[in-house]
Amino acid sequence: MSSSNRPLSPHMQVYRPQITSMLSILHRITGVALAVGTLLLVYWLAAAASGPAAFADAQALIGSIIGRLLLFGWTFALFYHLCNGIRHLFWDAGYGFEIETVSRTGWLVLAAGLALTVISWVLGYTMMGGA
Amino acid sequence: MVELALPANSKVGTGKSWPKPAGAAKTKTFKVYRWNPDDEENPKVDSFEVDLDDCGPMVLDALIKIKNEIDPTLTFRRSCREGVCGSCAMNIDGTNTLACTKYLSEIGGDVKVYPLPHMPVVKDLVPDLTQIYAQYASIEPWLKTETPAPERERAQSPEERARLDGLWECILCFSCSTSCPSYWWNGDRYLGPAILLQAYRWIVDSRDEATGERLDQLEDPFRLYRCHTIMNCTKTCPKSLNPAKAIAEIKKLMVERKG
Repeated sequence: MSSSNRPLSPHMQVYRPQITSMLSILHRITGVALAVGTLLLVYWLAAAASGPAAFADAQALIGSIIGRLLLFGWTFALFYHLCNGIRHLFWDAGYGFEIETVSRTGWLVLAAGLALTVISWVLGYTMMGGA
Repeated sequence: MVELALPANSKVGTGKSWPKPAGAAKTKTFKVYRWNPDDEENPKVDSFEVDLDDCGPMVLDALIKIKNEIDPTLTFRRSCREGVCGSCAMNIDGTNTLACTKYLSEIGGDVKVYPLPHMPVVKDLVPDLTQIYAQYASIEPWLKTETPAPERERAQSPEERARLDGLWECILCFSCSTSCPSYWWNGDRYLGPAILLQAYRWIVDSRDEATGERLDQLEDPFRLYRCHTIMNCTKTCPKSLNPAKAIAEIKKLMVERKG
């Protein structure tokens, strides 16, 4: 019997989601989201440069419910990626590898990302007078 | 390359369900991955009922009981039954560990048993380790010296010896490497946590005189730097070692030697 027809054992299909790998893939996903979000920022700035009518269109699009939901997502992407990036810097310096620490800092960056997102939005709405 | 789905010949079907043993009061269901190289069929998951009142406390005890009393064709590696040989590493209840040191009582519900993930399967729970052994050989895991051998042993201070703690205990069960998504996607070029921990074990050995050469060998976008500090390796190690930390130390040495 040749060994070429050997099946590949299941991997993603059976491996229980771990706090370690889930936060790692979230870091990658938020990184990609931020790259895409930069395009929106470019669109907003280009609209501002090209005139009042185009800027009003951009403001309306970004200010719509869907626009605000996307912005909320990007805000979380920014803060999570930032906090977890700092976690990565500690790892690169050789700190924080004990598995209890990894778990604790993992939940911490997730909570910090969410908290900073909510705080930013509350501040934003407060400054706009609730509009 | 990242391939999330299994190839067509690897998709897992539902296999045979063995009946409950007669007169058993307390049973547990075992869902075990099966693949037989002698037929043309895809892998399947068989279901076994084990009488817990007549079984040892470990997952390996149950597997041996199944082989002895229900289906003698069930195939798996095992030897020491006390966590020092590394033979019975497999995916149990969703994470990689040694069947001989995993308590049945820690598992709620059915016990799902698969071979180490993302490996070619020889039969049932036996993965083909040819490539990972070749990767182990590639790091030249032996003491390399240039200075003439002393009359007696090459001496080491207690502090120098202590640097090997947390490294020498590795039993090469490969639970860590096969828990690592990076190793799943790039196992042909990335060495993976088990082999890199071994590499570090020789790099920090005060008696070894090939440190620079060893680092040169690892200075590669794939061999070392596919580690993205995911940390599934450290989380799953049945010996509670820290391969991720060992890899980080190698990365630090790479930066430090550039000055």
